[in-house]
Amino acid sequence: MGFDFSLVIPRMGMFIAGAMVTIEASMLSIFFGAVLGIIVGILRVAPLKPVKMAAACYIYVIRGTPALIQLFFIYFGLPALGINLSAMASGVIGLSLNSAGYVGEIVRGGIEAVSRGQWEAGKVLGMSYLKSMRFVILPQALRNMLPAFGNEFVTLVKESSLLSTLAITELTQVGQQVRSVTYASFETFIIVGAMYLVMTTIATMGLRYVEKKWSVA
Amino acid sequence: MKRIYAKGKSILDEGVNCGKTSGLPKIISIKGLRKSFDGNEVLKGIDLEIDEGEVVSVIGPSGSGKSTLARCMCRLEKIDGGTVTLSGVEITSGVHDNGDIARLVGMIFQQFNLYPHLTVLRNITLSPVHVLGIPPGEAREQARELLAQVGLEDKADARPGQLSGGQQQRVAIARALAMKPRIMLFDEPTSALDPELVGEVLEVMARLARSGMTMMVITHEMGFAREVSDRVVFMDDGNIVESSAPAELLANPSQARTRQFLQRLLAGPGKAGSGVSAYGF
Repeated sequence: MGFDFSLVIPRMGMFIAGAMVTIEASMLSIFFGAVLGIIVGILRVAPLKPVKMAAACYIYVIRGTPALIQLFFIYFGLPALGINLSAMASGVIGLSLNSAGYVGEIVRGGIEAVSRGQWEAGKVLGMSYLKSMRFVILPQALRNMLPAFGNEFVTLVKESSLLSTLAITELTQVGQQVRSVTYASFETFIIVGAMYLVMTTIATMGLRYVEKKWSVA
Repeated sequence: MKRIYAKGKSILDEGVNCGKTSGLPKIISIKGLRKSFDGNEVLKGIDLEIDEGEVVSVIGPSGSGKSTLARCMCRLEKIDGGTVTLSGVEITSGVHDNGDIARLVGMIFQQFNLYPHLTVLRNITLSPVHVLGIPPGEAREQARELLAQVGLEDKADARPGQLSGGQQQRVAIARALAMKPRIMLFDEPTSALDPELVGEVLEVMARLARSGMTMMVITHEMGFAREVSDRVVFMDDGNIVESSAPAELLANPSQARTRQFLQRLLAGPGKAGSGVSAYGF
């Protein structure tokens, strides 16, 4: 049984273009997911019950439903309400909302891991809840959270392959296209898999670096 | 910031007026203070008055309510009954924000509670800048002065984790003083320290006492209680049992419970012995 990469190699440009789309979608989703997730996490520990409950519900729904269904809901479902989004917009919004649920839970854990004494110090030094959160608690919480954040980012890069179901020509979709033309399934998905591995490795290494730089405290 | 600052000033005025009208300015006035945790009454109606510039040591067995008393006096605990009035301001009335309270009273914790992610200098300037609205440059200058006062001018750029416990506690004292409070509370400030580091912290506290600061110090350091404080309060089981001049209370307690506590303290091997010797007056 011989493998023949000769049909696949000439299409390397397509793979790279697909990888770029994957990177773009992942980075956007990581960014918006992190921002939204930090907000969700802060609300999740807010001293107001309704706010806390709302954030908890959000996390509950996001974590309890498949990401694929969330994407389908946004891309295929929302037009029924008159909201028409492009495939890429749907994809990025879907992945961001999904990631925010997980990041929110990470943020909650990180905030709760900061000792009560830090809140007390902020309070007796005159800071309001929000000021303590901003200057004292959150900076420490974010440091605690970095390893878990890293995992979530890597997960998101991999989950972006779901975007292929919205006909976005990211890496997985390119793989499907190349396979259907060349019938070299094994070779194609070896390359696709290797490219994901490279991306997740770089992401992991980058986060390690940041972690080291921040951990001086 | 402006608004808060103006509010702070009005509080100080309020305080001065109160002193004048009563004729006897009590900077700390606690009446009928009650506090329970889960139905367990920890403070059973505390009455305590402290004069401006007075240094009061609070002693007593663990679980007697000493820490809770201090925590109620800076609003770290919600009280269940009674009033706490500091410099004429009833802090338990619920109308004052944290910034108002921080201008009145500073608190030193057993565990220091410095911000580990910030340099020593930023630890000290954070609240002056973001609560009092002092310009950062001015706040830094003031912080350096305070650091010099506690003998740590060379540690401005260090992180708390790089300092010894004694140094951390001295930074915590400088940080509290940066808010220019009128009262300082110390909740077992040396209990978490190695014995050889206790002296440097007590020395800073003694200097602060001599400068005229009103202080309430919860302590097991009998040397400090005897030599530095103007008055010693003995607490047991949520009540103030006895309150008098240190020489009197420590040598000739009028209550049996106080006698018992002191005897046990002196007989015990650990804390009492190290406490007296570490201070070395």
